[in-house]
Amino acid sequence: MTAPVVEVANLTKEFTVKSSHGLRVTRRTVHAVSDVSLTVPSGKTVGLVGESGSGKTTVGRCILRLIEPTAGSVKFQGTELVGLPAKDLRKLRRSMQIVFQDPYASLDPKMTIGASIAEPLQIQKVEGNHQDRVAELLELVGLAPDHARRFPHEFSGGQRQRVGVARALALNPSFIVLDEPVSALDVSIQAGVVNLLQDLQEQLGLSYLFIAHDLSVVRHISDSVAVMYLGKVVEVGPAEELYSASAHPYTRALLSAVPQADPVVERERQRIMLQGEVPSPINPPSGCRFRTRCPMAQEICSVEEPALIDRGQGHPVACHFAEAVAVTLGSNVSA
Amino acid sequence: MSTESALSIRDLRVTFKTLLGNVQAVRGVSLDVQPGEVLGVVGESGSGKSVSFLAVMGLLGRNAVIEGSAKVGDTELVGANQRTLRKVRGNNVAMIFQDPLSALNPVHRVGAQVAEMILAHHHGMSKDDAAKRAVELLDIVGIPQPEQRARQYAHEFSGGMRQRVMIAMAIANDPKVLIADEPTTALDVTVQAQILEVIDRIRKEMGTAVVLITHDLGVVARMADRVQVMYAGRVVERADVHSLFHQSDHPYTRGLLASQPTLGRERLSPIPGAPPNMLQPPSGCAFRVRCAHAGPECAGAVPELIQVRRTETACVRAQELEALV
Repeated sequence: MTAPVVEVANLTKEFTVKSSHGLRVTRRTVHAVSDVSLTVPSGKTVGLVGESGSGKTTVGRCILRLIEPTAGSVKFQGTELVGLPAKDLRKLRRSMQIVFQDPYASLDPKMTIGASIAEPLQIQKVEGNHQDRVAELLELVGLAPDHARRFPHEFSGGQRQRVGVARALALNPSFIVLDEPVSALDVSIQAGVVNLLQDLQEQLGLSYLFIAHDLSVVRHISDSVAVMYLGKVVEVGPAEELYSASAHPYTRALLSAVPQADPVVERERQRIMLQGEVPSPINPPSGCRFRTRCPMAQEICSVEEPALIDRGQGHPVACHFAEAVAVTLGSNVSA
Repeated sequence: MSTESALSIRDLRVTFKTLLGNVQAVRGVSLDVQPGEVLGVVGESGSGKSVSFLAVMGLLGRNAVIEGSAKVGDTELVGANQRTLRKVRGNNVAMIFQDPLSALNPVHRVGAQVAEMILAHHHGMSKDDAAKRAVELLDIVGIPQPEQRARQYAHEFSGGMRQRVMIAMAIANDPKVLIADEPTTALDVTVQAQILEVIDRIRKEMGTAVVLITHDLGVVARMADRVQVMYAGRVVERADVHSLFHQSDHPYTRGLLASQPTLGRERLSPIPGAPPNMLQPPSGCAFRVRCAHAGPECAGAVPELIQVRRTETACVRAQELEALV
């Protein structure tokens, strides 16, 4: 068992939103992330999946304290980040980085690629020849050193995302939050970036939190996966186990909704159709947050919130009826 | 073809005149869609899959030069005047898009927008009847409490519900052809599943021919009867859905299928390089610069679709490569 790089415990993030009706201003609370705990072991990849509004991006940003958590604890290599003074946090930021989804928006169009990659080195006042380091980083991500003089518009989407990865690697981090890093890329390009991320992990011993809505990419890259729904983790476990023997009705429905690139499979599989859409995080349902769309919901689900514990499935599941899921919803359908 | 095609496109070409030169977005696309079938059109960004159909609908700007033919029934759409296009659009052929919010008017009630669509093609109908029909349509596409929802505005609808409204508008006049351009790309998978089911139901119940434009091979595998794969403004392969996924003969299609994430952690196989710049597409086969099997013959004439095994493939080396499979 390797020591965890990141340990998140009972993380909660609430945003206050104001809405005004004439002179009357009402404040409401968005429960973006509620009581989330997860661990990223050293050198491993944890996948965080969920639909829009599930809070997965907020979790990633709270870990790096790009957003201040409302409550809970985030430990990075044993150091508590929540409440850490800015000066100390900045030192630690060298070791934790983020790659964003949109490589078009995350690079300054007026800066050369080289300048963008060197910027973290300047901010952190790293000694040494920055040009050499930039050249080294570009080669590391599969670009040419002379690309450093070019501007973002001269690159394709896949190349830009490689630049984003190079910039994240500049300070030799040990942990990277990958927030939908390949979602904006075409599938033939996406595969190359996924390979790169895996190679870098092996070469540099990196730990990843891989946030994505694409379940098949997450399955491919992750060692373990946490599934989020409306601000809560509903199920977490080793990737293969989660995909082959998921025990939460939401995980089941999510997996069965992902179309697979095989017409035979697609035409034969049984789908769990969820009714309606994700409720508002301003007013989440009582008890289990998934109950309003759950095909198995009973009375207890609206009264008592199911804890995220191992209910005999070998991994934690937040469902009162985890044991019955396989029986009621049929053998597993995986993405 | 035994039945008459709902939509028939021949040698469609679209060129954009830009300051940098002429962008050859579509370079000779032909296809037929039969009533009640789903034709999947697959390709990556810039392959010309959307532009082809925007051209057919007359929805491109003035800098687009469109050549070739696109017929719905006996009506030619390429070069048709606005009056003809207005008669056809939303009536015989309807289109839905990726982003339903930008396609809906934020200051008009949703029901009124659907009713407007009906009245545009039924001049004799009363407003009350159109409003009633609009509610019926919202019900057909699975919007709960359609009477109340019809009185609401677009911002009060979720993404999936907005796309349902778009579909309601699209089917308002019982079109022969429904062109769906990445209809579920902006939606979550569980909502995507719902929308795909609505489209499938409409095809079955109304016999509508559906053109489904998407980059998602899973969506195609699920929905399409036939598929054509586009690359650099041309159709590089077409076949029934089973043959395309299991007996493809074009290196690009195979590359696309192989780059899908697999089970386990073995390495993925990306296609090297990036799609070509359509200001100056490569001579001959546009894919040859990224193709592992390219030979000198590939730089010659632009390959036409020929039947290889189970698919029609635009690759001069397809016969040789077949032996390698």
